[in-house]
Amino acid sequence: MNHLVKVLFLSAMLVLSACSKKEDTPAQNPATQPLIVKIGQASPLTGPQAAIGKDNENGARLAIEDANAAKIKIDGRDVQFELMSEDDQADPKQGTLVAQKFVDARVNAVIGHLNSGTSIPASKIYSDAGIAQVSPSATAIEYTHQNFKTTFRVMANDGQQGKALAQFAAGTLKVRTAAVIDDKTSYGQGLAGEFSKTAAASGIKIVAEEHTDDKSFDFSAILTKIKATKPDIVFYGGMYPQAGPMVSQMKKLGIPAKLLTGDGGCAVEFLNLAGDAAEGHYCSLPGVPLDKMPGGKKFEEHFKARFNVGIQQYAPNAYDAVMVVVEAIKRANSADPARIVAELPKTNYVGVTSSALAFDENGDIKDISVTIYQYTGGGKKAVETIGAAPAAAAAIAEPAKPSGPY
Amino acid sequence: METFIQQLINGLTLGSIYALVALGYTMVYGILGLINFAHGEVVMIGALTALAVVKPLVGVLPGPLVALIGLVVAALVCMVLGFIIERVAYRPLRNAPRLAPLITAIGVSIVLQQLAMIIWGRNYHPVPDLLPSAAHEIFGAQINDLQILIMVTAALTMAGLMLLVNQTRLGRAMRATSENQSIAALMGVDANRIISLTFVIGSALAALAGFLVSANYGVAHYSMGSLLGMKAFTAAVLGGIGNLGGAMLGGVLLGVIEALGAGYIGDLTGGVFGSNYQDVFAFFVLIIVLVFRPSGLMGEKVSERA
Repeated sequence: MNHLVKVLFLSAMLVLSACSKKEDTPAQNPATQPLIVKIGQASPLTGPQAAIGKDNENGARLAIEDANAAKIKIDGRDVQFELMSEDDQADPKQGTLVAQKFVDARVNAVIGHLNSGTSIPASKIYSDAGIAQVSPSATAIEYTHQNFKTTFRVMANDGQQGKALAQFAAGTLKVRTAAVIDDKTSYGQGLAGEFSKTAAASGIKIVAEEHTDDKSFDFSAILTKIKATKPDIVFYGGMYPQAGPMVSQMKKLGIPAKLLTGDGGCAVEFLNLAGDAAEGHYCSLPGVPLDKMPGGKKFEEHFKARFNVGIQQYAPNAYDAVMVVVEAIKRANSADPARIVAELPKTNYVGVTSSALAFDENGDIKDISVTIYQYTGGGKKAVETIGAAPAAAAAIAEPAKPSGPY
Repeated sequence: METFIQQLINGLTLGSIYALVALGYTMVYGILGLINFAHGEVVMIGALTALAVVKPLVGVLPGPLVALIGLVVAALVCMVLGFIIERVAYRPLRNAPRLAPLITAIGVSIVLQQLAMIIWGRNYHPVPDLLPSAAHEIFGAQINDLQILIMVTAALTMAGLMLLVNQTRLGRAMRATSENQSIAALMGVDANRIISLTFVIGSALAALAGFLVSANYGVAHYSMGSLLGMKAFTAAVLGGIGNLGGAMLGGVLLGVIEALGAGYIGDLTGGVFGSNYQDVFAFFVLIIVLVFRPSGLMGEKVSERA
């Protein structure tokens, strides 16, 4: 019975959507009908990451509503933005299916996906179709380095994060020597490699380079070797299931150096796994904490008022990703996917997350910001934000820059 | 020198755990000629059960007592589990072709892992410090009470098992069953009971190993058993599968080789190979040993089974 209702409902929806499609055809009545611009949004809406997936969707939805409220016109015609949100289940296979669905539905641009693992396989499909893809949160370097013209992201990538971590080690911690461990995954190696490169360039001596894997629980052998080299700091490129036990084992072995790791080790679970040993270690997250974002506070209130839930993680980034596309449409005076792709590299936007959102030649953001946190007293607190453009100064210096409501 | 001793301690600790798990593989193999691939998962169930029992008791009772309760419950659960596994997955196939119980072994291992995932979730669970872990210094290297406890436990267990197999009535029945099941049965040995007991004892050891490994490394996870099982199986083969002393020797050797391999392979090869070749190094040693001693370090030449 339940099933029947579902089927009936779905078929009704189908008929409805088929009807609305007909009405949309701009040729019919170009002067009075609004131009429909469809923005695809892909993130895991079910499964373990559903909470942050829904958060991305909410961020994008808020941006779409704000864009509609701004009454944008293209060639004198009203533009109506529509959000088409799909569940990619954080699964690469499902991600490509969703991508194909977007292409078939002729979306004008795509916001997503949330994960690097889904963004990368899907990017080939968008590239072939010539549709711009702006990911709010995929950080794998590879995503924007496939020679596709359509890939963009509004968050620092792993390479930029590694670089920022090295700058922090050299500039703030003033360490002279570092030991580097990675977990042999593309994420861990990418992060550790970039850290080592920048650290070496800033005069930090890399005294040991060790490797483990993402299933290991025993690090005593490599840590013992590291202990003998007496590094000022230990860098780990990997995830929290290893980083947590690693700091406990460092404590047991009597290694005084602190651990420095990226976003993979910046999860609450790290604290549970490391226990008392967590104290004093560092980790980083791309972006700035919400209260330090140029438009963070206002955005949070607005978001809360609209959805009645708090921000989980990347909603501000998803919001900016949509707004960057909206700006590109405004500049191009067209919603043609090809024109959007051509216009995106010229982005220079004051958003929620950054006061100077601009892309480099790969589609990565230019003014990256990475925030370093220190675990202390059973929690973590922001210590320093690397590379953030000061909000007020930038806004005053360049008043002509387009900006959103924040 | 200090680093060398530290690596030796690391290796002996890990090796003692490998040895405890390897004993389970080798006991079953000795009697049935079967590789019980589900054994690693029993270790995992032991670790997670102990953790589940211990969690609500932390702070209520003194640490070592809580640990003991956790261990006993885990051992009981694993013994029942071992008994059921043998009854359900192996006994019906005792006279089937060799491949069949191998497949059910893999099946049981998948079932146990998924079951643990459903019960305990995908998260990594922190394990509270219950046992004394005060650090001592010997020749500049750190060794803590827990590590000493692990080594001593492994050695005592080994000795106890040796006594059991070589000195008791049960041991004699085990040896007889291992030689020839049907003849042993003719001599009045209840082979089914002996086989069940072997599984039960092996599973208790697995629970002990799981408990110790999670306590030492401070973490337990539903997939922790596969890697540990694989390494312990390797250790059993290295020492000579079917031979109790061999399992012990193989386990300790493998642990030490891994630790020293990770520590020194870079220096030995002038930096060409790093600690990422840790596992390669261990398996390389295994291959070399098997080339020269196909039945392992302490294995005797096995005559054809009837």
